[in-house]
Amino acid sequence: MSELSATAQGAVEAAATAGAEQAEAYASHEENREVRVHGGEVESLTAAAQTGLGVRAWIGTRVGYAYGTDLSVAGVGEIAARAAAAARAADEDEFAAPPQPATIEGLAGISDPSLSSWGTDRAAELALAVERAALAADPRVVGVEQAVYADAAERVAIASSTGLAGEYEASSCFAYLQALAEGEGARETGLGFGLGRGPSDLDPEAIGAEGGGRAAAMIGAVKPPSRSCPVVLDPTVAASFAGLIGGVLGANAVQRGRSPFAGKLGEELAAPAFALHDDGRDPEGAASAPFDGEGVPRRRTALIEGGRLRAYLYDTYTARREGGESSGNASRHGYRSLPSVSASNLVVASGERSFEELLGEAGEGVFVTDVAGLHSGVNPVTGVFSVGASGRAIRGGELAEPVREFTIAGELIAMLGAVREAGAEARWVPFGGSVRTPPLLIAELSVSGS
Amino acid sequence: MRELLDPAVAERVLSRALANGGRFAEVFAERRHGMAMSIDESRVESVQSGAEEGAGVRVVEGGTTYFAHVDGLDPADLERAANEAAAALKGERREPRALQAVEATPIAIERRPEDVTAERKAELLRELDERGRGKGAEIAQFTASYAEARRRVAVANSDGLFTGDDRTRTRIGAQAVARRDGTVETGAETLGAHRGFELLEDDPGEIAEQAAAKALTLLDAGPAPSGSMPVVVGGGFGGVLFHEMTGHGLEADHIHKGASVYVGKLGEMVAQPLLSAYDDGRLPHEWGSDAIDDEGAPTQQTLVIEDGRLTSYLYDHLTAERDGVASTGNGRRESFRHLPIPRMTNTYIAPGEATPEAMIEEVQKGFYAVSFAGGQVDPATGDFVFGVSEGYLIEDGKVTKPCRGATLIGNCLDALEAIDAVGDDFFMKTGICGKGGQKVPVGTGQGHVRLRALTVGGTEL
Repeated sequence: MSELSATAQGAVEAAATAGAEQAEAYASHEENREVRVHGGEVESLTAAAQTGLGVRAWIGTRVGYAYGTDLSVAGVGEIAARAAAAARAADEDEFAAPPQPATIEGLAGISDPSLSSWGTDRAAELALAVERAALAADPRVVGVEQAVYADAAERVAIASSTGLAGEYEASSCFAYLQALAEGEGARETGLGFGLGRGPSDLDPEAIGAEGGGRAAAMIGAVKPPSRSCPVVLDPTVAASFAGLIGGVLGANAVQRGRSPFAGKLGEELAAPAFALHDDGRDPEGAASAPFDGEGVPRRRTALIEGGRLRAYLYDTYTARREGGESSGNASRHGYRSLPSVSASNLVVASGERSFEELLGEAGEGVFVTDVAGLHSGVNPVTGVFSVGASGRAIRGGELAEPVREFTIAGELIAMLGAVREAGAEARWVPFGGSVRTPPLLIAELSVSGS
Repeated sequence: MRELLDPAVAERVLSRALANGGRFAEVFAERRHGMAMSIDESRVESVQSGAEEGAGVRVVEGGTTYFAHVDGLDPADLERAANEAAAALKGERREPRALQAVEATPIAIERRPEDVTAERKAELLRELDERGRGKGAEIAQFTASYAEARRRVAVANSDGLFTGDDRTRTRIGAQAVARRDGTVETGAETLGAHRGFELLEDDPGEIAEQAAAKALTLLDAGPAPSGSMPVVVGGGFGGVLFHEMTGHGLEADHIHKGASVYVGKLGEMVAQPLLSAYDDGRLPHEWGSDAIDDEGAPTQQTLVIEDGRLTSYLYDHLTAERDGVASTGNGRRESFRHLPIPRMTNTYIAPGEATPEAMIEEVQKGFYAVSFAGGQVDPATGDFVFGVSEGYLIEDGKVTKPCRGATLIGNCLDALEAIDAVGDDFFMKTGICGKGGQKVPVGTGQGHVRLRALTVGGTEL
């Protein structure tokens, strides 16, 4: 047994000593590295390691949680005791219980062992290459606010009083930049990014060129006229919306009447062109793992298919409320957080049309490359949204002048019904969680500009 | 601070950090405790507590910062962080200056939240639940949350500074969902301060009723208008408008990278003379206040706009050093696991002379944004958006129909210049601000403010 698993096991026993009738312990060890560069120089270099433990304790049908970083025997005992004390303060909930153990299948391809062989100098060189590529992308690119490379290697162990035990290792890395372009008396920004399991998955040239190209393309942007029109969403934007939809498909929001999808299971609410899956085992997805935040095997779940709402996402608690089975969607943001229902990797099905064909079909409309204010401009309970946007006008089925300082507004379910086409070229996007999506053509959305 | 970091150990750690050179080194030690719980479906749940301690060590040489952080505060942990931070440097050893302790006076806490029983906190949530649901049968869902956090920090650096702070924040929030036939609306309200449990001794249940009232009001809402029009912004959290459209652009790191629309504007008129604004980390007990910033500089009141003229940027240690000025006490970090960067504390537009009533009366057709769900800005381009959580039409000088789903959108420089009235009804509200992956508590404030014209993005064309 690894040291981490032994710590988790010890915490389960300590919780029993502290009076817990059932307990679950989640321990993680993470090593992180980050390089930020600016103006051809390394601006900051961070190296870090962190290890922590989170304990859930059940006393009767009351549940409480505690976490900490002191993993000495005394420290673990103290965390376990705080978890039991927290349980005593909670109200009874007949559905609160830890999951029973299930067979966990290993998952290959989620850890890149070459990560540790990349020295800091090489990582810094990658970030510098991203910056150089952005500057070379267009003469109007005047600088890069910041180019960043970061990676993480994580080991997770879980154990519970029901006999559940598991452990895995995963790695991830990403690079991004914010390029600055100037022209026509204004400054524009453009984001480029790439992600993978290890640095060799990243293409610094492509990442830099994307950021530089996006910034330069915005020069001379004007406000578009207010109207209702076809809108093409770039994958980065489609991913943000997919993430919002995945969020309100969580059974917790649905059961508590706080989701626009509540009571709509089986209904035909999306256009046939839009299909959405949750896939916790795709090795390319950043959220993939053999098991979820409470040790239940990750799996693939069809959420919207054939235009119909097929399923919600469940953890053990929400599944027990309906007498069903967890879909392996208990997520954690590390040892500090209680597990809660959320999507793993969301996958929007690709269609057959190229991006150019989507523009052609849109005819007259807007291609949205960026949205802003999603956390404040979307009401997850009602599904009503109005968010800031920028992008390019579409005229005669082709990209025309850049446009900015407008909003797109509507309602999430109505938007799903208005998806006319999903493009053929999909990519992984780290916005809205972990999402793989092609560009989407929406038949009609409200655009508010001048 | 000595209980976190022994000065002799700190000197040894700083000396190790400078073993391979560096013009500046710092050790930041922190012990944090937190407790939170919520009520949902009238059931107290998600009771949780956390305790972490660790340190971050940075070494600065040339334009590069080398940073490492570790869990734990044992001398061995701190030395490990120092070795890690120094590992990538290749210069000559430097010696740090001897430490001189500077005692800061932490903000006084009357009733330590950790001394209040969990049962009392659960009771408080039940009271909020009753008060919120008591607003009527149309309140279909109600949730409330309680959170307390204590951060004890100590900072020592190679310039000889040794200081510390002890910070306790308490906050409650309420969210209501109202339902009538097929219509669903939400309302939210929060109360928070750099205070202990005494914050909740008056009438904490009031926020539950306020959240419920907002949701109920919106049941009668129509679609929000679209297009450019005069906009009156409410007091308190309306200050998030200034936070986003000006505050972020004044953070000196954005200025140094040419990534702010306020580059080169120091000393220039950027607003009407009726507008003055501050960042103030010393406001007593405010949510964004601390005795010192996370680099050990005393917090201060900084006048950023004086009668319409831009007077100061917001600095941390490194950006101030580069401009040859003193830090404004804005070097903040989410935790020992983060590098300090220039951040706002409490940012506000100073009270003006107009009354909210007079401001609204003068508008023929416009929009009244009472409060926001939040906002976002790109400081480089100045483009911003704000999600309106409670908004109304203004018709013939009167506030009329409530509107749902409105967003305000604009560009900083134009919008700041468009402020043509500032109200006398000043108050502050709490927020959580994200930048560079770090979240810190910030205060925002103002009285009512009117913009001559701003784009409202709704669905009604």
